[in-house]
Amino acid sequence: MKKLATATVAAIMCGAPVMADLVFPSLSYRTGPYAAGGIPFADGYADYMTLLNERDGGIGGVMTRILECETGYNTEKGVECYEATKGEGSLVYQPLSTGITYQLIPRATADGIPLHTMGYGRTSAKNGAVFSNVFNYPANYWDGASIAVNHLLDENSGSLSGKKIALVYHNSAYGKEPIRTLEGLSEKHGFDLTTIAVDHPGQEQKSQWLQIRRERPDYVLMWGWGVMNQVAIQEAANIRFPMENFIGVWWSGSENDVLPAGQAANGYKSLNLHGTGKDYPIYADIQKYVIDAGKAAGAGDQIGTVLYSRGMYAAMLAAEAVEKAQSIHGVMDITPAQMRDGMEALSITNAILAENGMPGFGPEFDVSCENHGGPGLGFVQQWDASAKQWNLITDLIASDKDVIMPLVEADSAAFAAESGITPGCS
Amino acid sequence: MFYREAGDFKTSYAKDSQTFPIKFDRWRYYLVLAVAFLVIPFIINDYWANAVFLPFLIYAIAAIGLNILTGYAGQVSLGTGGFMAVGAYATYKLTTAFPDINIAIHIFLAGGITAAVVTLFGLPSLRIKGFYLAVATLAAQFFLVWLFNKVSWFYNYSASGQINMPEREVFGVLVTGPNTQAWATYLFCLVFVVFAGVVARNMTRGSLGRRWMSIRDMDIAAEIIGVNPLTAKLSAFAISGFFVGISGALFFSVYLGAVEVGEAFGINKSFLVLFMIIIGGLGSIFGSFAGAAFMVLLPVLLKNVLVGGMGWDTALAAHLEFVIVGALIIIFLIAEPHGLAQLWRVAKEKLRLWPFPH
Repeated sequence: MKKLATATVAAIMCGAPVMADLVFPSLSYRTGPYAAGGIPFADGYADYMTLLNERDGGIGGVMTRILECETGYNTEKGVECYEATKGEGSLVYQPLSTGITYQLIPRATADGIPLHTMGYGRTSAKNGAVFSNVFNYPANYWDGASIAVNHLLDENSGSLSGKKIALVYHNSAYGKEPIRTLEGLSEKHGFDLTTIAVDHPGQEQKSQWLQIRRERPDYVLMWGWGVMNQVAIQEAANIRFPMENFIGVWWSGSENDVLPAGQAANGYKSLNLHGTGKDYPIYADIQKYVIDAGKAAGAGDQIGTVLYSRGMYAAMLAAEAVEKAQSIHGVMDITPAQMRDGMEALSITNAILAENGMPGFGPEFDVSCENHGGPGLGFVQQWDASAKQWNLITDLIASDKDVIMPLVEADSAAFAAESGITPGCS
Repeated sequence: MFYREAGDFKTSYAKDSQTFPIKFDRWRYYLVLAVAFLVIPFIINDYWANAVFLPFLIYAIAAIGLNILTGYAGQVSLGTGGFMAVGAYATYKLTTAFPDINIAIHIFLAGGITAAVVTLFGLPSLRIKGFYLAVATLAAQFFLVWLFNKVSWFYNYSASGQINMPEREVFGVLVTGPNTQAWATYLFCLVFVVFAGVVARNMTRGSLGRRWMSIRDMDIAAEIIGVNPLTAKLSAFAISGFFVGISGALFFSVYLGAVEVGEAFGINKSFLVLFMIIIGGLGSIFGSFAGAAFMVLLPVLLKNVLVGGMGWDTALAAHLEFVIVGALIIIFLIAEPHGLAQLWRVAKEKLRLWPFPH
């Protein structure tokens, strides 16, 4: 068996093309309990790279190559995927899993490969002085918690004192992240916070929603992923919780989450990092160069969904960082270390978004060594069950930096002390 | 022809009762050890260490631990994942509290702490048996995962509830953290595996193992011939817990480096290790290794063949992996209900007669 494996590995090594290309590993999960979220993201990521190859001949004349590896949202498989792909010149990892992110933060940093955890992962990676190779722009969980609270503040003309807010969260590193911020915010704004944990994978939430029915919170926030989201929305509908008072984070706001509840999900809100829907010029290009050419990733049925857009947005940010790195270092076939420099110098403007066919799709921002986390801006979107589409109902909302920054400082300092890193920007 | 007792004269009791009475077996064992210690460390790379050898070695320790409890003493346990978590969290707490003490000592201590916890959860085994005991250990699994999720002291109050392994050295060589060399982590785990294998093998063929097996085969009869069920059962829980704890400690500290209890030590892990010993062979040390190899290496091999070798779609390959591994499990269990170890035993019997079977 071992001999066969050796032969296989040798065959892969010999078989790999030696021509220059920009390798983007995609640690996707098209199987397992979180596949409903993993598939559209991976499709969007791959389709955008295909589009760049077909339309522009790659980035700066160098073709892109997607290296897909199935993780099933499992950390052990994630490690296997990382080890299998890191030797192929992988430029940036986007594992779309908080658990795998925690695995990869030390490993990728030691190997000098950047990690982009867009809106997930370890929040305090915002502090680039400690987390040199980890980026989580344009916003992180703590921004998300604050954006949700700021949206509620807007709705309640600036005061939440005496209100009760419940947080329904996935009982994992991912779900626990916002608790600290929400506790800080509850002190500041005087609302009551109840935290209600849901264990993986979240198919059974009767007791949690009974508790909500008993305690009658004014608002429910949700940090869910995968099947947990649809179950929560269904349960909320069952106890007749008013949907417009139920706000999910950006990972709890895709079509998969609301469609199963049908009409009952009408009015459910969620945060979003970027625009939604197919009303962007880029979809014409994707149709022309990717779909009509028969090169769409996966089954090709995810185009235009929220998570597909997110994969596409992540790919666009990666491609922009490559261009930046190419112009900084003056070489086209860049290395992971140069990619890191490109990500740290990344600057997204409305002109760049428009040029990429995504005008107004996301916020304008600049990345710097001090701030790997971007501006922390987000939209709120609302589900229209009869039209079956998400509509943005706010402009970009800013997060409360007074609460978040001290937490980022404290957590990153703790990590630096634990791992023996001397914080510093070179 | 080569594989036979004839001509291998034993002149002392020690020689007569050694683990490998047949010369060929003995040399094969030495050869495996020599390759493992002297050849593999020089050719191993990051991929082979992190994707193949570390999980194999660490799961082998867990399988040996569970095999002592389930295979030798007959006490079914579904709490392995939770018990591994005890080892992992004990290592984390110990090494962050006493960073100057050698990590190897911490791992042994973590094994001891796990042994104590497992013994505690083994107490019901004195009253209940079989499926009922399995349910009691299942409760331990859920309780421990809940505990490590709920009480922030265990993860030093970090925001996410993840535990991260800091860098630690043994004899001046890094064995944990991201900057380790592949050979160092491999050798570090290998030492523990060899230790676990030798200790478990010798325990199970001594009086302690015989007591366990008599309890497994019929506990009332065992009691009548003078085996104390209390000490026999609890020693099985404690020793099994010790090995499972060590494997959990290595799983966290050397292999993954960052762990979240629900994901890494959930009920799936308990089943995985149980399947390993069922497929490998209950009541066999070799079976623990064979089962661990089957469950850990086969998926990696299939992935490399299907995706790397034949360029298939990753999702299709992942689904097919389940189908193939599942089918192979069924085939193996139909062909040989006593696991891979029994196949090995049968093969050895045949080999003894070869080339002149009657």
